Amino acid sequence: MIAFIIRRVLVMVPILFGITFLTFAIVNLVPGSPVDSLKLNPRTRPEDIERIKRNLGLDRPWHERYFVWLSGAVRGDFGISLSNNTPVLDRLLGVLPNTLLLTGAALVTALLISVPLGVLSAVKHNTAFDHAVTVLATAIASIPSFWLALLLILLFATQFPAWGLPGLPVNGMRDLRGDSGLFDRLEHMVLPVASLALVQIAGWTRFIRSSMLETIRQDFVRTAYAKGLPRRIVLYVHAFRNALLPLVTLVGLAIPELFGGAYLIEQIFAWNGAGRLTFQAAQSNDYPLIMGATLMFAVLTMVGNLLADILYAVLDPRIRYD
Amino acid sequence: MIDRSELVSSESSAAPRARAGQAALELERVSRRSPGFYQRAWRIFRRNRVSMVALGVVILIIAFVLGADLVSEYITGYDYRRGELGEQFKPPFTDGHILGTDANGRDVLTRLAYGGRVSLLIAGLASLTIVVVGGGVGAVAGFFGGPVDAVAMRLVDVLLSIPSLPLLILFASLYRPGPVGLAFILAAVGWTGVARLVRGEVLSLRERDFVDAARVLGASNARIITRHIFPNVIPIIVVWVSLAIPGFILTEAALSFLGLGVKVPTPSWGNMLQGARDYYTRSWTNVFIPGFMIYITVLAISLVGKGLRDALDPRLNE
Repeated sequence: MIAFIIRRVLVMVPILFGITFLTFAIVNLVPGSPVDSLKLNPRTRPEDIERIKRNLGLDRPWHERYFVWLSGAVRGDFGISLSNNTPVLDRLLGVLPNTLLLTGAALVTALLISVPLGVLSAVKHNTAFDHAVTVLATAIASIPSFWLALLLILLFATQFPAWGLPGLPVNGMRDLRGDSGLFDRLEHMVLPVASLALVQIAGWTRFIRSSMLETIRQDFVRTAYAKGLPRRIVLYVHAFRNALLPLVTLVGLAIPELFGGAYLIEQIFAWNGAGRLTFQAAQSNDYPLIMGATLMFAVLTMVGNLLADILYAVLDPRIRYD
Repeated sequence: MIDRSELVSSESSAAPRARAGQAALELERVSRRSPGFYQRAWRIFRRNRVSMVALGVVILIIAFVLGADLVSEYITGYDYRRGELGEQFKPPFTDGHILGTDANGRDVLTRLAYGGRVSLLIAGLASLTIVVVGGGVGAVAGFFGGPVDAVAMRLVDVLLSIPSLPLLILFASLYRPGPVGLAFILAAVGWTGVARLVRGEVLSLRERDFVDAARVLGASNARIITRHIFPNVIPIIVVWVSLAIPGFILTEAALSFLGLGVKVPTPSWGNMLQGARDYYTRSWTNVFIPGFMIYITVLAISLVGKGLRDALDPRLNE
């Protein structure tokens, strides 16, 4: 197991090199540079622009700059953000908790809803309830998350107040005027988390349903029935635990999806997260910030997948990595 | 190909034709004994009522967007570019605007047709590209193995480790592409799935006896890949593409929604949503309609894809 983890971490190293190299190439091979916006001001002299370029190291060829960046990154120095002169690492670490809060809450919400729904749907196989869940899950799985977010805003932020009901906030993470207690923060989370979670709920419910259906056909379930255990125990203790195993992998795979979704949702709800920051960085040609953010998302994704694999082995003694 | 339906129908006519009818029945019997792979797949697909309805919806949507000029000419009578500023935010079914007007007073139904054309063409072009690039890389990697395989699969690993939407945003905001460029960017980020799938399939196919047989007969590598392996990979590619197109439609819409995809004045469902977003308090139909089109299209195509998977995946048919 230890050997497996070490090997997996070692495999991550060249992949990370690949990612940084690729991103650096993409960012630097496009026409346009961070100093372009300075040229818009007719009073800026060309020699000043040259000087700024030299100071930023932009006058050197990009492969040379890649190694400069890489040698810094290896030592934990990801450079200075071009847009506001703050270290990239500080900017990223400043917004990362917000993104983790959003995606984490969506993940937990999705699990809390989809697991019971999926299991119940399988237990009540071929009943009206099962059919309703299956149809709903199929219908919801195709909803674009950003459209859903807009519809939720329409309903809860404009229609509810119009009907005299309390509306939900749609901007930012907390009320900037008030003292913003826990309730206020929770209130701000409802709509973004719901937009992010709903599509996952649909997918996972279907998955858990089929996993549970497969499990209750297995021999150990029949054995459990045969030795006289009540149906409730067999289903919700014996079968349930085994049906949940594949979910670990699925959750691991969903992590990049959640981060991707967070990009859009953060943008719509003005949530001060890493996705929104990366979006701004891409818009303003902020090379160091783009590099740092891409690397961070890649590391988070890989660590998520690794954790899923390890957890799977811990939970399922049949799995041995060696 | 013999048109069987014609032969069979001739059986019921006058006596001199009886022998021809007999022959036709014989033909029918023989051909029914071993229907082709795709014939059988179509039979399975046809039995799936949900997928058939979805196929009908997809065909309707395609007709609607390809007939955008006709919609503009005969149904709405409005140009998709021209708006009357006095006619902003008309609700549906007023003054001949069947679905109302947008923030610039342009007819929504007309723009929906043109926008859909852009959205669907981008998804189609992107799918075609990933089949060529991903399928090609996967086939070569799986067939030759060794260092070629190792290099290609490490590249796939790298691309799969980056969440795709951030990468797309990066590409799209740095290169500011047009619709065709956008399709290629979607393909550049999305080809890895097909490559991995095709590689796995080719790995198992190349060990089969018919490949050895072809080699014994003196077939070259190129011939084995194109004539013997490729036809066997088509079904899974078809299934994969039908399930990938909804993803491309969604991603294009998301990028256009962020202002990074299709640029105004060219309409797309995504940028229609973006345009409506700022005015959601003035007109909810403008927010609802383009998103609903995206939703229905994505849903219908994925249901067709599911039907195709059930019909074409031999592992499920056994």
